[in-house]
Amino acid sequence: MSEKFKISNLDLYYGDFHALKDINMSIHANEITAFIGPSGCGKSTFLKSLNRMNDLVEGCKITGNVLLDGEDIYKGMDVNLLRKRVGMVFQKPNPFPMSIYDNIAYGPRTHGIRSKAKLDEIVEKSLRDAAIWDEVKDRLKKSALGMSGGQQQRLCIARALAVEPEVILMDEPTSALDPISTSKIEDLVIELKKQYTIVMVTHNMQQAVRVSDKTVFFLLGEVIEAGETEKLFSIPQDKRTEDYITGRFG
Amino acid sequence: MNINKLKEIVMKYVFLFTAIISIVAVVLICVFLFANGVPAMKEIGFANFLGGTKWKPGNGLYGIFPMILGSIYVTGGALIIGVPIGILMSIFMARFCPDRLHKVLKPIVDLLAGIPSIVYGFFGLVVMVPFVREHFKGNGQSILTAALLLGIMILPTIISVSESSIRAVEESYYEGALALGATHERSVFTVVVPAAKSGVFAAVVLGVGRALGETMAVMMVVGNQARVPDSIFKGVRTLTTNIVLEMGYATDLHREALIATGVVLFVFILIINISFSILKRRGKE
Amino acid sequence: MEKNITPINQLSWKDRLKSYKKHPGSFILLLLVGASAVITVTVLVYLVGYILIHGVPYLRPSLFSLTYNSDNVSMMPAIINTITMVLLALLFSVPFGIGAAIYLVEYAKKGNKLVELVRITAETLTGIPSIIYGLFGMLFFVTALHWGYSMLAGAATLAIMVLPVIMRTTEEALLCVPDMYREGSFGLGAGKLRTIFKIVLPTAIPGILSGIILAIGRIVGETAALIYTAGTVAEAAGVMDSGRTLAIHMYSLSREGLHTNEAYATAVVLLIVVLLINGLSSLIARKLEAATK
Repeated sequence: MSEKFKISNLDLYYGDFHALKDINMSIHANEITAFIGPSGCGKSTFLKSLNRMNDLVEGCKITGNVLLDGEDIYKGMDVNLLRKRVGMVFQKPNPFPMSIYDNIAYGPRTHGIRSKAKLDEIVEKSLRDAAIWDEVKDRLKKSALGMSGGQQQRLCIARALAVEPEVILMDEPTSALDPISTSKIEDLVIELKKQYTIVMVTHNMQQAVRVSDKTVFFLLGEVIEAGETEKLFSIPQDKRTEDYITGRFG
Repeated sequence: MNINKLKEIVMKYVFLFTAIISIVAVVLICVFLFANGVPAMKEIGFANFLGGTKWKPGNGLYGIFPMILGSIYVTGGALIIGVPIGILMSIFMARFCPDRLHKVLKPIVDLLAGIPSIVYGFFGLVVMVPFVREHFKGNGQSILTAALLLGIMILPTIISVSESSIRAVEESYYEGALALGATHERSVFTVVVPAAKSGVFAAVVLGVGRALGETMAVMMVVGNQARVPDSIFKGVRTLTTNIVLEMGYATDLHREALIATGVVLFVFILIINISFSILKRRGKE
Repeated sequence: MEKNITPINQLSWKDRLKSYKKHPGSFILLLLVGASAVITVTVLVYLVGYILIHGVPYLRPSLFSLTYNSDNVSMMPAIINTITMVLLALLFSVPFGIGAAIYLVEYAKKGNKLVELVRITAETLTGIPSIIYGLFGMLFFVTALHWGYSMLAGAATLAIMVLPVIMRTTEEALLCVPDMYREGSFGLGAGKLRTIFKIVLPTAIPGILSGIILAIGRIVGETAALIYTAGTVAEAAGVMDSGRTLAIHMYSLSREGLHTNEAYATAVVLLIVVLLINGLSSLIARKLEAATK
């Protein structure tokens, strides 16, 4: 298993608040890594440092190193290219207020693809990969806002796939969805790990058990425990991990 | 107890009465304008009035076609200048400038909105008219000058309406575009602004209304010649200025023809108002 | 407690420029929005600066003598008339505007046809240009009601013009009053009227005030609606006399072309009034914001 991300000594501050404390971690390719922990523990914040979405937050300061394939993403890497390589799916489905087709084509167009034939091909492939092609192929020109929540989220995954990322970050992708849509997305995520590296923040411990290979437990901005999902949930090494997964807090 | 109840009921009707005033006002405005203007239109003949190219009250010629054209040219010119700057500025204020700069820009836009039109007109007269005369051609009182001045005057309207509609766009659209590798500019211009398009369009429509209805400032820089212009360096007269210029001494049919000019302007404005409220409502959905 | 950390996530200007080199389209857009901001600010600064530089030297004491004659071209009568005009117009528009807002918020039921109609007509009034108000005032107040060119006719015309401003701001202010207050008052056995006057209105006062200030701004700056209603007489006027406000005074001066310097000076006074009004309203807005936080 090759190492996709290597994070060392990462600290993050919001103003005076020390939100992430000395994070060290490796994320491996073609695996699903789940981040768990109570709200406000820094797991989403950490996720957003991996594609530099935290740059937008005023007063946010980061120190340390984040290497993607050995290259420091905070040193001289073009942030737009980084985000092309490291895609993101958000907590709340956020399709753009345009047609389904244009939603998927937005990314490729951004990166300079103009040919209609090529775009058609990308749109179809992305929608197929996101397992939503059959549901939408007859209404590609219709507004994406008319779809159900679950469909919208799969559309957003398709949109992320369309720019051919290497890593996909998912920030609680199913927290706004019903159980059926959730299970569709979980199946999809498992399917996607063959081609992509997936990092997923989840509130739902069952979900972490169902889909992930590795799990990282965050608490108050620190990584308490990280390892094979199965091991972490069956024989947690740290008392706090045990308390959390057995539901004693959080 | 009974007196209190009576008071409650009486006051309820008092409030109702005050609420109805705005309806009464609109009805009165319509009735008085139409009742005084439409008969003159009939007497002159609708075609002669709206389509006539000669306005010579002394000779009984009352064609307001030049003024309709004048209003359209001047408003159109104002839009060419004011809309791009206004929309870009609203984008700057909503998505580009840091908070600290916004605290400076906002009062500046408010001040632009608050300056009385007579002050704008005076500024146009003493600064812009000579400028156009020296750097372009003609005597400086022209369509171009009026368009420049009105372009500035509609800026605050366009900026504030457009800015608030751009600010109302969900942040998640912007983040979604960034996460796909789009630059800040690309995200704003291809996702955020299109999502606010009905609000932005409403801002433009409101700007049209302001430009079309502006009177004093235009009068001081537009030349006021009642003729069909053949160049943007020539002067024209607009619907609004036609009324102000001659109302002071007009009598009889001449006076009524001026009121009829007001009716035409009023109808234009009503159409614009209706499109504005339709757009606003669509923006809310 | 590390104070002197050097964050790695903040882009230096060099990095930014490097990124823009790869995205020339984005760079052009950045320049465009920046340019529009520069243009807007320049226009305002130039306009205000030009007027101030040319006007302030002419703010002589004689410009403020109590009576007007063609030698001193005093603006004092016009200032007095402006104050009279503001007071008169507010006298009509404030009670009606507030009353209407109270009805819309406190009495009318949702989806009421009448409420819809009131909203639509108020919106229509907002969009009507001042010259149309002037025409209407001339036809209705001056001619039909036989008030003649008078401060009263002018004030009545302006009152209709600013009515929707006061109505809308009051309505918004009333809507911001939490229902909890009303329920509390009703719970203590107070009637509707008492609740409105003792609880709701006092809470909404800053919002209502900001509407009134906005209205004052419009009244002070208005010309087109006043020329054929209040007229252009340059004397301090009684309620039924014709009189010119400051804005009309400036219009007359600049039209005659003989008193350009005095016109500049008048423009300075108008600008100062606008600045005061804007300052006051943003002060209230800030107070409101602080209160709601």
